[in-house]
Amino acid sequence: MNERRLVILGGGTAGTMVANRLHRELRDWTVVVVDRDDEHHYQPGYLFVPFGTYEPQDLVRSRRKFLDDAVEVVYAEVDRVDPEASMVHLQGGRELGYDQLIIATGTHPDPGETPGMLGSGWNDTVFDLYTLDGARRLADALESWTGGRLVVQVCEMPIKCPVAALEFAFLADAHLRRTGRRSATELVYVTPLDGAFTKPIASRELGTKLAERDIELEADFMVDVIDEDRRVIVSYDEREVPYDLLVTVPVNRGAAFVGRSGLGDELDHVRVDPATMQSTAAGNIFAIGDAANLPTSKAGSVAHFAVDVFVDNFLDHVAGRRMDREFDGHANCFIETGDGKAMMIDFNYHTQPLSGAYPLPGVGPFRLLEESRINHAGKLAFRWLYWHMLLPGRPLPLASEMSMRGKVPEEVNA
Amino acid sequence: MTIAQMDGREIHVDQEGFVTEYDDWDPDLADLLATNIGLELTRRHREVLEFLRQDYRQQGETPTLRRVTAVGGFPTRELFRLFPKKPAKKMSYVAGLPKPVGCV
Repeated sequence: MNERRLVILGGGTAGTMVANRLHRELRDWTVVVVDRDDEHHYQPGYLFVPFGTYEPQDLVRSRRKFLDDAVEVVYAEVDRVDPEASMVHLQGGRELGYDQLIIATGTHPDPGETPGMLGSGWNDTVFDLYTLDGARRLADALESWTGGRLVVQVCEMPIKCPVAALEFAFLADAHLRRTGRRSATELVYVTPLDGAFTKPIASRELGTKLAERDIELEADFMVDVIDEDRRVIVSYDEREVPYDLLVTVPVNRGAAFVGRSGLGDELDHVRVDPATMQSTAAGNIFAIGDAANLPTSKAGSVAHFAVDVFVDNFLDHVAGRRMDREFDGHANCFIETGDGKAMMIDFNYHTQPLSGAYPLPGVGPFRLLEESRINHAGKLAFRWLYWHMLLPGRPLPLASEMSMRGKVPEEVNA
Repeated sequence: MTIAQMDGREIHVDQEGFVTEYDDWDPDLADLLATNIGLELTRRHREVLEFLRQDYRQQGETPTLRRVTAVGGFPTRELFRLFPKKPAKKMSYVAGLPKPVGCV
């Protein structure tokens, strides 16, 4: 038997795309995807659940259904990877040897990481936005909300979909205005960053949007503890922010087996070369999507652009050739700003989000760093594209490398 | 990239004043950089800086605040006391290292 085996840990956005693309190219390989369950969640949809735009059932599909029939699926928890033996140990004792391994187990909120978060107020006055369950419970809390201090708070970077917390603040503002409860609500956005966003121009633009909506910005706030009895969050430098309803983004961690296998950083994200996504610990291990410690956004769009580069490189790699493509950290995301509008940003490792048009210079149809209805329409339409184009690995007419065409350079803009 | 005159020497810095050449740095320069941001270095500050320098040399990137706590063993609360408000940024500035990657 000379058949070689590719094992992909995780059947989410990145794992599914890569499995479908690679099994088509690697005809004489067995491709195996390991995941703990058969529920593929459309995670960008969580944001809309608290406002009733989507119901939970709109966002969950079978993982198996989006993987090509020829891809083998194993339902199990990963215990650890043994890089020396090229072996995955599954919980329950099963072993799965591999020739090549791709880790695509994403990142997840870990509310246990912040003292006090899982206290008496959890799911009562404190909610997590990044799980379907948290988003659903938050919908109920918002429904019965009559006013007070609504605090949206990010614990620590990196987090997946870093703009979602801001979007939640914008959407909450619009939703409460629409339902006559905005004047009774103080909205506060609390972040460990020194502004609304990481990069200067986007931070300034988004900071302006917060101010226009009378959303208070509390920056440089690194949470130490949450006191759910007194309903305050306390920072390491002993500042306090009181709340009546806290929407928190807990510390995000990669899968625990990554740490157990000696492949991760302090947050169990796989240490990789940012250009090739090859593990720094083993030549036949790669990580793609949120699971990797790439210095760019943890987002589906990044996984999508990265997969394009990765697939070419990986085929070279298994054929014994040099990997000569380099991922540039390309990311783009829609940012919902409420009232049926959205902004869009497009950037990479080296270029911060700038204004302009995307993907066609001067034409768009999407406007960068500006609010528009078409951006919002794009965000909603993306759910269809996700299931029908992205996951099956069909080509989208978007270049994987970020382009400066259509962007207004920094000097002009600043 | 620009060159700044500090301590009677030429120091390579970026737009924000972060030292870009690892070997431009020495403990005397740290004092000067600290003064620029209103800090006076104590022995404890220097222990933190030493960890940052050493970890950067081994890992090729500036450690995150979490790593300085987890691997270096300096409690986060203390780091906020030593380098008020923005410890990650201030520590790397004084240590003559690139600003930690702003994960977006």
